[in-house]
Amino acid sequence: MPESRNAIDVRNAVKRYGSFTALQSITLSIRDNEFFTLLGPSGCGKTTLLRMIAGFEEVTEGEIFLFGDEIENLPPHQRPVNTVFQNYALFPHMTIEQNVMFGLEMRGSSKEAARRKAGEMLELVQLAQFSARKPSQLSGGQQQRVALARALAPEPKVLLLDEPLSALDLKLRQAMRSELKSIQRETGITFTFVTHDQEEALTMSDRIAVMSAGRLQQLGEARDIYERPVNRFVADFIGETNLLEANVEEVDSTVATCRLANGLTLECDAIGNARPGADVHLSIRPERVTLVGASGDPWQGTVKENVFIGTDVQTVVQLQGGIELTVRTQNSAAGVATIFDPGTEVAVGVEAGAARMLED
Amino acid sequence: MAGAAAAGGSVRSDTYASVRNWLLLPSWAGLAIFVLAPVAMMLVYSFLTKEFRGGVIWEFTLAAYDQFFFDRGLFGDEPAKIEWTYILIFWRSIWQAGLATLLALLIGFPTAYFIATRPAHTRTVWVFLITIPYWVNLLIRTVSMKFLLRDQGPLNDFLLWTGLIDDPVRIINTNAAVQIGLFYSYLPFMVLPIYASVERYNFALSEAAADLYADKWTTLRRIVIPSVRPGIVAGCILVFVPSLGAFLAPDLLGGARNFMIGSLIEEQFKGNAGNWPFGAAASMILLTLVLIILVFLARQQARAEREAAP
Amino acid sequence: MSARGDVRTYSGFRAMTLLCLVVLYSPLIIVTIYSFNASRSITVWEGLSLQWYADVFWGPESGKFKQAAVNSFSIALIAATMSTAIATSAATGIVRGGRFRLRTASLGLISLPLMVPEIVTAVATLIFFNFIGFTRGYLTILVAHIAFCIPFAYLPIQARMQGIEDTFEQAAQDLYATKAQAFRRVLLPMMMPGIIAGFLLAFIVSLDDFIITNFVKGAGVETLPTAIFGSVKQGIKPNIMAISTMLLVVSIAMVTISYVVSKKDSST
Repeated sequence: MPESRNAIDVRNAVKRYGSFTALQSITLSIRDNEFFTLLGPSGCGKTTLLRMIAGFEEVTEGEIFLFGDEIENLPPHQRPVNTVFQNYALFPHMTIEQNVMFGLEMRGSSKEAARRKAGEMLELVQLAQFSARKPSQLSGGQQQRVALARALAPEPKVLLLDEPLSALDLKLRQAMRSELKSIQRETGITFTFVTHDQEEALTMSDRIAVMSAGRLQQLGEARDIYERPVNRFVADFIGETNLLEANVEEVDSTVATCRLANGLTLECDAIGNARPGADVHLSIRPERVTLVGASGDPWQGTVKENVFIGTDVQTVVQLQGGIELTVRTQNSAAGVATIFDPGTEVAVGVEAGAARMLED
Repeated sequence: MAGAAAAGGSVRSDTYASVRNWLLLPSWAGLAIFVLAPVAMMLVYSFLTKEFRGGVIWEFTLAAYDQFFFDRGLFGDEPAKIEWTYILIFWRSIWQAGLATLLALLIGFPTAYFIATRPAHTRTVWVFLITIPYWVNLLIRTVSMKFLLRDQGPLNDFLLWTGLIDDPVRIINTNAAVQIGLFYSYLPFMVLPIYASVERYNFALSEAAADLYADKWTTLRRIVIPSVRPGIVAGCILVFVPSLGAFLAPDLLGGARNFMIGSLIEEQFKGNAGNWPFGAAASMILLTLVLIILVFLARQQARAEREAAP
Repeated sequence: MSARGDVRTYSGFRAMTLLCLVVLYSPLIIVTIYSFNASRSITVWEGLSLQWYADVFWGPESGKFKQAAVNSFSIALIAATMSTAIATSAATGIVRGGRFRLRTASLGLISLPLMVPEIVTAVATLIFFNFIGFTRGYLTILVAHIAFCIPFAYLPIQARMQGIEDTFEQAAQDLYATKAQAFRRVLLPMMMPGIIAGFLLAFIVSLDDFIITNFVKGAGVETLPTAIFGSVKQGIKPNIMAISTMLLVVSIAMVTISYVVSKKDSST
């Protein structure tokens, strides 16, 4: 029996469509009260997993528990979880208030109680004055908030959100992020959020599950996933990184020394399967590398190009042996002083602990 | 994601899959009993023996089909010759329906194209104007046309008044009247599917053709028409098939000499010359003809779509 | 953009469109005008009058036409209602029933009356009623109308339903509605414009039908089209033009309703 303090426990869940396997044996737990995100590129199975929890997709194999109760065989209307749909799915023939009241009425609330609760919910999302309007008379951001109010009104045990911000423009999306986060804190309801946007995931989530090709790649806190990605997929998908091939030279308890193809060496934390002589990949975040003037340092190379991206300048440096390293320098007075024209000989400094050894 | 596959913007889901058979039962039953079974019965009746003044005798025979295709003389004892009467009626029907379709295409295509290139808000008004006559009772429309085309009718009055003619032109009870009547009956069927195709046509293709030195009519012929071909084919079917079996236009506008299949069949069940098996056989032959045309065009369309697919 | 630079427009197409409208409308307009003719003869214009309308309601043939109108409208109403209900049910099964083997066959069966020439359907239906020994009359007309109205009611309903994302009924179920409640509270109201369009189309098609009715009607039972046809066989009389004009108004009113319904729907 899974621990009952978890909101959701997914055990060995598999989803197959004919011969195609969309989810390959997923096991994960979502804690009570947390903001949990399923993150991955489109087609990775994250929406399928969400729809399995909601009850729209049958579970081919495995179990799903909601606060310890097995739910994978219940129809959607018997599961005390609610969904905010990607296109909101607001009923166009009903007013905003009727939309929010719908779930309450279906659960047997009286009209009066449902209307009162709907009023509270619309208050919460600051749309009380629009209660008599039809969904089509509202902007995209407002519709989004109505969808949220409608899903929260029946006080679900878990709220499922299927890429709810993807249809909004950038500014609105950023505003909605903090609003969602604060509503989650205010209501104390467990949020399970699906997105392909890593920035969204990093800024909002307590914990993130990174998925790819129907598999769970890594599960952990946002910072943890960014700083300590376990494999090339996670390192590459979350943020930007330099992926370098290396060979393990020696392992001294927890520290491994790795030699790059051009003969340079780097030290990093040894991970479980690191043996001397093994070929591994290293991930180095560009902001953990600095440019310094040429000084006879072995980490020497030529500036290939500078790309201005607003807050930062990204410099590609060609090291000896054909290795390219991307360096990010902050667009500040101190930072700009270390930027050189293409063709200039420079040396790069890799911060201690910046290199991260990957499982594959 | 892979869940609700919405191909081509049309939603298909399995929400009510569990009660599907119950939902479909009324339509299956209704159409199987009152459309499919009757067509099967018609086939059976076409092989039965006729009873004078309507009805059949339950003795199987090929007499109806024999009468349609072969002439064995007045007493049925002469050597069989091809009977041309009915074949010619069928041929005339195909010819009349074909001309009406061509006429409808010549006027319908420019109309559909013109409407599809209007701004979006006026487009619906144009479509509405084309749709109204389609909703008006076909009998009333045919009667109106008969009234208009009469020897002393408004059309002749108008032509006399303009001085284009000195004596009334005889239109009613001619082949031309039947063609005009069929064309008029089914013209909206030509415009609407072509309109739907042109509306989906990507006009950047026309601009690309113009950019590559094609003149406007070349662009129309080489780019636009091939692109909207499915709409043109659909429009032609929707005019040709009902024209082929039409009864009202030939009967009211064509008079006795311009007999078409519809009238031939009707006569077997209504008139004094009632011969049910022969009427059923003629109906079967018409149905077969139509199905051959539909299957042929459907296969062509499918092949064209396969070739067009990337 | 100048007309010369616009590769979309073709000179002459506008004229063809106007010609098309003239062809479509002039017979109807002329009959409408002549229905107000004071003259007894249909060839001479003698000024405005409502006498032929009076003749339709109170003239020597008024009894026949009234009975025909009652038959026509009651048959159209019942046939349209029944076929719309059957078509709504079928559309739900086909569009919301997932993948199933008989899908293509079901669609083919439903659209069969559209592909078979009307005269063939008429012959087949007559033979069928003869075979099962059904006496021809009001009931045979009604049953035949229900059957051939199904595809006309079906098409707009299916089109409408295919435009409704299935997330709406999923959202309803997510909010604790059973499948039946999701259908009644969400899917059905959203399909309503298609259902109304289907009903109106079926109603008009039933009201319009001459050929099948002419075959399956018994002696003495007339609908408006068969009564008009019988009358026209002896030549066009002015009272026929008055009836035609009234039916024209009914048809136009129904298209306008369906147009307004669809317009209102797309604007919300």
